[in-house]
Amino acid sequence: MTDKPIQGEKRVFMTGNETLAWAAVAAGADIMYGYPITPQNEVMHYWTRMAPKFGRKFLQTEDELSAGFTTIGGIMAGSRAFSATAGPGTTLFQEPISMAEMMRIPLVMAILQRGGPSTATVIYSQQEVNMMTFGGNGEGWRVVYSTATHQELYDYMIKSFNTAWKYRFPTFVLADGYQAKMREPLTMYNPEDRGIEMVETERFVGLPGVPGTDRPPAHHRNTFSVEEELYEATMPIQKEYEEMSEHVVEWEEEDVDDADIIILSHGVVSRAAKAAKNRLRAKGYKVGYFRPITLRPFPEKALQKVAGKCNNFLLAESALGQFARPVKEALFNVPVNSFETIYKPGVGFTAEELVEKIESAR
Amino acid sequence: MTDHLAMPKSWHVETKPHKFCPGCGHGIALKILGEVIDELNIQDRLVFGVDIGCSLLAWDFFDVDTVQTHHGRTNPVMVGMKRANPDLLCIAYMGDGGGYAIGSQHLVNSAFRNERILAIVINNCNYGMTGGQMAPTTLPGQKTETSPYGRDAETTGSPTLGPEMVAAIASPGAYVARGSIANIKQLKRFMKKAVENQIAGNGFSFLEVLSSCPTNWRTNAKQTWAFVEDEMSKYFKTGELRTPDEKKEA
Ligand SMILES: Cc1ncc(C[n+]2csc(CCOP(=O)(O)OP(=O)(O)O)c2C)c(N)n1
Ligand code: SF4
Ligand SMILES: [Mg+2]
Repeated sequence: MTDKPIQGEKRVFMTGNETLAWAAVAAGADIMYGYPITPQNEVMHYWTRMAPKFGRKFLQTEDELSAGFTTIGGIMAGSRAFSATAGPGTTLFQEPISMAEMMRIPLVMAILQRGGPSTATVIYSQQEVNMMTFGGNGEGWRVVYSTATHQELYDYMIKSFNTAWKYRFPTFVLADGYQAKMREPLTMYNPEDRGIEMVETERFVGLPGVPGTDRPPAHHRNTFSVEEELYEATMPIQKEYEEMSEHVVEWEEEDVDDADIIILSHGVVSRAAKAAKNRLRAKGYKVGYFRPITLRPFPEKALQKVAGKCNNFLLAESALGQFARPVKEALFNVPVNSFETIYKPGVGFTAEELVEKIESAR
Repeated sequence: MTDHLAMPKSWHVETKPHKFCPGCGHGIALKILGEVIDELNIQDRLVFGVDIGCSLLAWDFFDVDTVQTHHGRTNPVMVGMKRANPDLLCIAYMGDGGGYAIGSQHLVNSAFRNERILAIVINNCNYGMTGGQMAPTTLPGQKTETSPYGRDAETTGSPTLGPEMVAAIASPGAYVARGSIANIKQLKRFMKKAVENQIAGNGFSFLEVLSSCPTNWRTNAKQTWAFVEDEMSKYFKTGELRTPDEKKEA
């Protein structure tokens, strides 16, 4: 709108929720729709404080169904719109997300995972992986970035708008309550100052001219009369999703070439995993590290390649196998020697316990 | 004078004849809406949102940008659109199940917030699309697929009075009315005022339309009209309940 929200590169120390709000401002988001839920609330709190200063809007809705569908309405009107939620809110959001998948609506959201099932804790977990990758009555046509640091929260929130608007698939930053609430340093910037061009938004409705006279009317639907009609509509979407996948898939790997065991993790747990790997390396153990950044699409090929170098794995996640599932699927047909797991639903990891686990087995 | 025999200009000719059952009230309501769109010349700034229910059959009904949403979710989609771009005119068109059951929280809160959209609820006393189940508006004693012995108010409550409910909570500037396909002149006046209320940006606009569903009522033409004119109108009174200047037509 007016001035650049951020002047130059700015080193800051803030919470993850504040980071997400700033990233949305920097990305040029026009409007946020949301409903209160911990640990997401402060995304709205910071957004509502900044919005009027930068000519942006906010609507607090009656629930997450409404938050999702109003966001869709805003996007169809041509706005760079977004929302944020957690836990039971993520459950309600599956309905609007499924509509966005079918109608190719570039819905952008931040998900700050909390304990589950049900209301559980407001603190932390990695239990919304199933829901965010394959929730709803669909085929998982979404992009899910699982972040680990505040810098990533900032970078991937900006990136999410571009992925969503470029490919027209709903795109999510999947973080958690720890990332939401803790403070850490990061560098904020205006995307254009770093050569990141924000993908232009487009209207789905309200296009120029009189429909039927100057142009055909825009008729958008998600309902089909017969099986074949649906098949004709969905198969091209699947094809486009697959074509997109190779461009958006992201992962991080370190020290895998000579490893005799690789720690698998995602999100904030990967910080413990990376630290454990470094400490064990310092002690002379050949430990590697592999972390998907996109959980959808999943970096299957990259993982298979790594498994060709080392096929002993230790997988750690704050859920009961929600992350292990796509990992095992990727490793199907790949010879695996050992595959150990530590599942701690709703509970975090330290580097120490991973170090101890690996050291005690050697 | 409008020629009611002619097709409104805003109708999408390629999809006519439309897909509603013979004798369905949806077609009459949409005819009137089409005439209002023509008279107010708003085709180029209107977005028509349709629900899931028989309203979805209107997803390609008009030469108007149209979004078919989910069951009960048309109000929030239109609200989100209007909030993002207040220049658009947004009409959310749904059934009584969509408006008063699964989407009731959206209707109530849109009214509370005085959202500058128009919500139209087609009241046909049942869930038409899914094969004639009991709806919030099913009349006491009325037989449906899920009230085969007649609706029992004791166990299932009394029919929802949508406009009365909305009128009770709406803010100044709101327009709230109930019309009927049995009185198309009045219905058209209400429809036009409801749309004009949004154009003026006064507040939330709400219109319920008493409508027919001969397929699920299992009625012939005569019985269908009798049900709309006699049974429904006894329980659901037509008229204006809220107007911006508080002058009302009974
Ligand atoms: C979440 C959800 N629940 C249920 C349905 C099934 N469903 C489709 S249409 C409908 C009822 C429609 O009735 P109403 O809203 O009164 O519209 P009508 O068909 O009578 O015009 C239902 C229950 C659905 N599509 N989505
Ligand atoms: S089922 Fe009823 S409401 Fe639906 S199109 Fe047929 S008559 Fe109309
Ligand atoms: Mg109905």
